[in-house]
Amino acid sequence: MSKDNKILEELTSKDYEHGWSVNLEADEAPIGLNEGIIRWISTKKEEPEWLLEWRLKAFNYWLTMSEPVWANVHYPKIDLQGLRYYSAPKKSNKPKSLDEIDPELLQIYERLGINLNEQKRLQGIAVDAVLDSVSVGTTFKETLSKLGIIFCSFSEAVHEHPELVKKYLGSVVPMTDNYYAALNCAVFSDGSFCYIPTGVRCPMELSTYFRINAANTGQFERTLIIADEGSYVSYLEGCTAPQRDENQLHAAVVEIYAAKNAEVKYSTVQNWYPGDKSGKGGIYNFVTKRGICAGDHSKISWTQVETGSAVTWKYPSCILKGDYSIGEFYSVAVTNNYQQADTGTKMIHIGKNTRSRIVSKGISAGRSQNSYRGQVQVMKRASNARNFSQCDSLLMGDRCGAHTFPYIDIQNPTAKVEHEATTSKIGEDQLFYCNQRGISTEDAVALIVNGYAKEVLNQLPMEFAVEAQKLLALTLEGSVG
Amino acid sequence: MTTTTNNNILDSILSQVPSGSSFSDLRESSSNFLEKKGLPAIKEEEYKFTSITKKLENSISDFSFAKKSDLNSETVESHVFDAFEGDLLVFNNGSFEKDLSKISNHGYTLSLISDAKPELLGKIAKTEKDPFVALNNIAFEDGVYLKVPKNQKVEKPILLLFLNQSNEGQVIHSRILIEVEDNAAVTFLEDSVSLDDKTYFSNMVTEIKVGQNSQVHYNRLQNESKNTITVNNTETDIHRDAVFTSVLVSLSGDMVRNNLSLNLLDSGCEGNMYGLYLLNGKTHVDNHTNVDHTKPHAQSNELYKGVLADSSRGVFNGKIFVRQDAQKTNAFQQNNNILLSEDAIVNTKPQLEIWADDVKCSHGCTTGQLDEEALFYLRARGLGKEQARGMLLYAFTGEVMDHISDEAFQNHIVNIVQNRLGSNF
Repeated sequence: MSKDNKILEELTSKDYEHGWSVNLEADEAPIGLNEGIIRWISTKKEEPEWLLEWRLKAFNYWLTMSEPVWANVHYPKIDLQGLRYYSAPKKSNKPKSLDEIDPELLQIYERLGINLNEQKRLQGIAVDAVLDSVSVGTTFKETLSKLGIIFCSFSEAVHEHPELVKKYLGSVVPMTDNYYAALNCAVFSDGSFCYIPTGVRCPMELSTYFRINAANTGQFERTLIIADEGSYVSYLEGCTAPQRDENQLHAAVVEIYAAKNAEVKYSTVQNWYPGDKSGKGGIYNFVTKRGICAGDHSKISWTQVETGSAVTWKYPSCILKGDYSIGEFYSVAVTNNYQQADTGTKMIHIGKNTRSRIVSKGISAGRSQNSYRGQVQVMKRASNARNFSQCDSLLMGDRCGAHTFPYIDIQNPTAKVEHEATTSKIGEDQLFYCNQRGISTEDAVALIVNGYAKEVLNQLPMEFAVEAQKLLALTLEGSVG
Repeated sequence: MTTTTNNNILDSILSQVPSGSSFSDLRESSSNFLEKKGLPAIKEEEYKFTSITKKLENSISDFSFAKKSDLNSETVESHVFDAFEGDLLVFNNGSFEKDLSKISNHGYTLSLISDAKPELLGKIAKTEKDPFVALNNIAFEDGVYLKVPKNQKVEKPILLLFLNQSNEGQVIHSRILIEVEDNAAVTFLEDSVSLDDKTYFSNMVTEIKVGQNSQVHYNRLQNESKNTITVNNTETDIHRDAVFTSVLVSLSGDMVRNNLSLNLLDSGCEGNMYGLYLLNGKTHVDNHTNVDHTKPHAQSNELYKGVLADSSRGVFNGKIFVRQDAQKTNAFQQNNNILLSEDAIVNTKPQLEIWADDVKCSHGCTTGQLDEEALFYLRARGLGKEQARGMLLYAFTGEVMDHISDEAFQNHIVNIVQNRLGSNF
């Protein structure tokens, strides 16, 4: 065991690779949260009156709410008054092409291994890169606009497509939904907006890279994806964050609307800074993600690989309203050191003949806590609803925990709902088998973990799958209990 | 967090507790706990789908303690199931009726809690576990303390027959304490009967200690009237190499809440829980089970099955805790439900909380209908629709009833279930 412990030690002591910070002159809001700050943000972003009113309404509602405590995570109370709610890189003129982008920024992306130019040329991905709060570069916009696809930053959408924003903003996640969603509604800074018109199949994967940069900035993105009748889009979101000592709050909201026959595939690789190995620092990730299959035969699929954050609190959900609509959730959540994750999904079956599938793979190592919390609800009129859920947990080390909280609420006799869960560690016999054949323990663990998570990784688009596998290996290799 | 009505219920129950009664420490700490905690509020997680406090408010008008009913041996005899052989303990609205019971005292000793004043009382079912345990602690008048001494095997089963009836008051508190010492074995049967259709609230606590290497079977049937509100807390401490098996069949009632906790305190012990709920009308049955693995090499199995017709509601919440020391734990849990009507509801939450790594834990949960192909198979062989359905449902429920450890009691329950499946479904 001592060798295993050594490997474990080496790996867990590995410093966060993307942990560095670049000085950018930030255009910041004063610290604190009040009505004035919200007006300040709104003015700063030159927002129309209706949006300011919407923000203020959310803020006033938020004031009446209290912080949720039901999740299986523990962290010091966040001083929301001690945060800065707006910070943008100081570049007032919008860049027309990549050449105009701050070279320092480009350097960040290069160090992350996502050279915008490279990606643009080789991979055919349009990257809407978000640094802190304002999106700085959007590529492939022209190709997309020929098809009528709108893919831009949220603030741009507010100015250029107010009718769409007005119609769909808050329609899936209402401002009254939960504490952090309400907070996001009040102070959201920027994010991505995507509209796929009727009958269009988006020819490329749309991708956004998020980064947190300025210290003490709560980041509040807002993403809105609208897929009109018969359209298809695959959307990618990925996160890495520089090392920080202070905890940072990230409370994003993602809304997806799928009309009749539309399909949206949303993939995330999340790698926020998880804190050092003694559990100091790290990002608090409190995200509300929800999609609605509003039309018949529509489909929403969530795929997530979660490796980062000190505390994760995230439940990508599907409301299956249209008849024959489909919701899917594939997740790999890895926690190490002192990380805590409380994540899962909600599948709300409202329409007839709706189907959902949940595959959740949790891996906990070190002293981390990993919880799956899911809900499958079949409403009274949702005849012939079908759900299959599988949540497996893999434990590495005897100091970690794995927890499962599935809620299954069925109100229709024709529903078929199945749930199964297992918890186990990597079998000694499996490791022995590999060792015997000349595979080192470390490689064997990587092999087994990859096999374990494969069902989910297979759902990711190619470009992401590679990155996800690297992340898994980085976080876990050699962590034999 | 207590509401006013909630307090009213508490006040009226507490005001009837005779002063100067024994176990003052237990009663006092329970009062303090209840004063702070109150009865479960509407949105409380543990009682999320079973708003028992509201039910009590709406259905019970008189929170006085029910007086003993007039009972004679013929009435008692008529409620004992056929072919029963063994000792019979009769409870009249929670009070033990020595004269109506049949006690051989063979292999065990029986005394009133008020006489024996056992140390163990209140030590297994902890006050903080559930507000209704605390309520029982304060309000129980007396109960039975049953002890099986070391190396003793009780050959015949012991039947606990609870005869309940609203009688100048609608609240009944029953209390049982069972202590099984090392290397002993015993089987219990429990049957609760309503003497009429009047509404009452029965709040029962059963504490069981299973000593080293002992074997205890506890078979329970809940088939009271459609108007009863029942809360049942059963808590067991299971010691080294001991085996405890619980079989619980719930068939009727207005609202029934069962909390069953198995504390696996040492290695080598085994806990089994089997449950069946066969519901119709507006019956609401909520089963909360809790297995706490504290030491290595212990095992637990759980199988709960439900068939729900009309506008009945079944709630299942199974918790498995595996503590950090409990390596090499095997824990299995399964919950299957069949919904037969548009208005029936199932809420199930199989929950795993695992803090150790070298364990095998799994749970499964399904909700659906009868297999169309199986139905077709039977109908193609000339069975009527009702008959075919009855047969399949009986097979579904049989898996639980197979575990009832006394043959006569098993036949009794199988008969009731078969009648129900033949006529009502």
